[in-house]
Amino acid sequence: MLTQIAYALPFLAQGFALTLWVSLLVVVLSLIAGVLLGVGLVYGPAPLRWAVRIFSDTIRGIPILVLMFFVYYGLPAIGLHLPSFWAAVLALTLFKTAQVIEYLRGAVGSIPKGQSEASMAIGLTFRQRLAYVIFPQAFRRFLPPWINGVTDAVKGSALVSLLGITDLMQAINQVIGRTYEAMPLYILGALIYFAVNYALSLASRRLERRFSFIRE
Amino acid sequence: MSTSSNDTPALLDVRDVSKSFGAVQVLRSVSLEVARGEVVTVIGPSGSGKTTLLRCVNFLESYDSGSIRIDGKEVGFRDPGTRQRRSERDLAAMRAETGMVFQSFNLFPHLTAAGNIMLGLRKVRGKSEAEARSIAEHWLGRVGLAHKADSLPAELSGGQQQRVGIARAVAMEPKILLLDEITSALDPELVGEVLAVVRSLAEDGMTMLMVTHEMAFARDASSRIVFMADGGVSAVGPPKEILAAETTNERLRTFLARFRASHF
Repeated sequence: MLTQIAYALPFLAQGFALTLWVSLLVVVLSLIAGVLLGVGLVYGPAPLRWAVRIFSDTIRGIPILVLMFFVYYGLPAIGLHLPSFWAAVLALTLFKTAQVIEYLRGAVGSIPKGQSEASMAIGLTFRQRLAYVIFPQAFRRFLPPWINGVTDAVKGSALVSLLGITDLMQAINQVIGRTYEAMPLYILGALIYFAVNYALSLASRRLERRFSFIRE
Repeated sequence: MSTSSNDTPALLDVRDVSKSFGAVQVLRSVSLEVARGEVVTVIGPSGSGKTTLLRCVNFLESYDSGSIRIDGKEVGFRDPGTRQRRSERDLAAMRAETGMVFQSFNLFPHLTAAGNIMLGLRKVRGKSEAEARSIAEHWLGRVGLAHKADSLPAELSGGQQQRVGIARAVAMEPKILLLDEITSALDPELVGEVLAVVRSLAEDGMTMLMVTHEMAFARDASSRIVFMADGGVSAVGPPKEILAAETTNERLRTFLARFRASHF
């Protein structure tokens, strides 16, 4: 049994690499899109605020699996054919973006209004206010839910196996298909996912401690 | 409406400014001039529009009609006729010319005392790190906090925080300093140290427009006092005249009587 699993390890490693690649893409793309749209939600003109609000509420109200199938099987109907990998990344990113928007809104919203006013009063422009006054303070509140979201993204990436993409989950299933050793392989898979996410939450705790000096 | 007796044009010229929040009119055609080097105090019951007026001067609040000029330059609008707002960059540049000190201090909690003062010097005035640091240290010395340069706001008392707030505003070398009830959030024993700083700035010729409930301070430090009621300027004059018990202005007399009853 062990030899069989050892034999499968390089294959599992490939799947794991893909899991990390999907997670990384989703996390980075959703961070960029979510922060931009979140700033639009907090500070933008009314039409932009409404658009972001509708986007976020809609996306968060749909099961992520439905969203993924919609992008892969539904969008071709309007002429948008995405390869399964990019369909999965797009769906997961949309979902994660909606969450990042809410984390950002919460974090920025928790900064007292006087901070914006004081930074306006010394003549900082909007971007400078965000960069030097608002974001440094909001970061501490943004980080914990966001890291939670990152671990969700790593776990959620297992859904891409349902579009036939050979990530860690799919690789495990294929090895089980050959070896019929379901129990040890699923345990191995669980341990790998756990190791990644545990490392992330450790890193998060260290970062939070570094920023805990900010008191209002 | 009295204006300053100076022949030189006013540094701050507020003319016929009106503003409503929904159905409530908070400023009713307010006009006011502050000459260079003058200290003008605005008093009045709460809800009379004092703070709103102050916030209009550096355009933290917009207003519906009228004009506000500093050094002859319209503050918030490119042209008061069309009421087209200035661009973000323009507004920021205009605001850098006015300093503001807030009731709740509003120091940046993630920056040290020196860091609070240096931010505007670095990013708005474009000073080097070393230059900004030395200006910050100079002003912290002026407000008696040279030894607190590297303390975070949370490590300072309310009075110390407010003195940093003042240093942050004046370090930018504003044309006019706006003080918005800067001692109202302080414990009584800390009020004196903050007012002493304001007094020394006044002696240096800093132009100031302040809203305060410290009548004794207003009497001693102001060139003129403006009494506001119901969003309008109800009386303007030298402290002696305004704070005289025998004033003929009914509203002012009521305000002063009520004030004396609650403070003495």
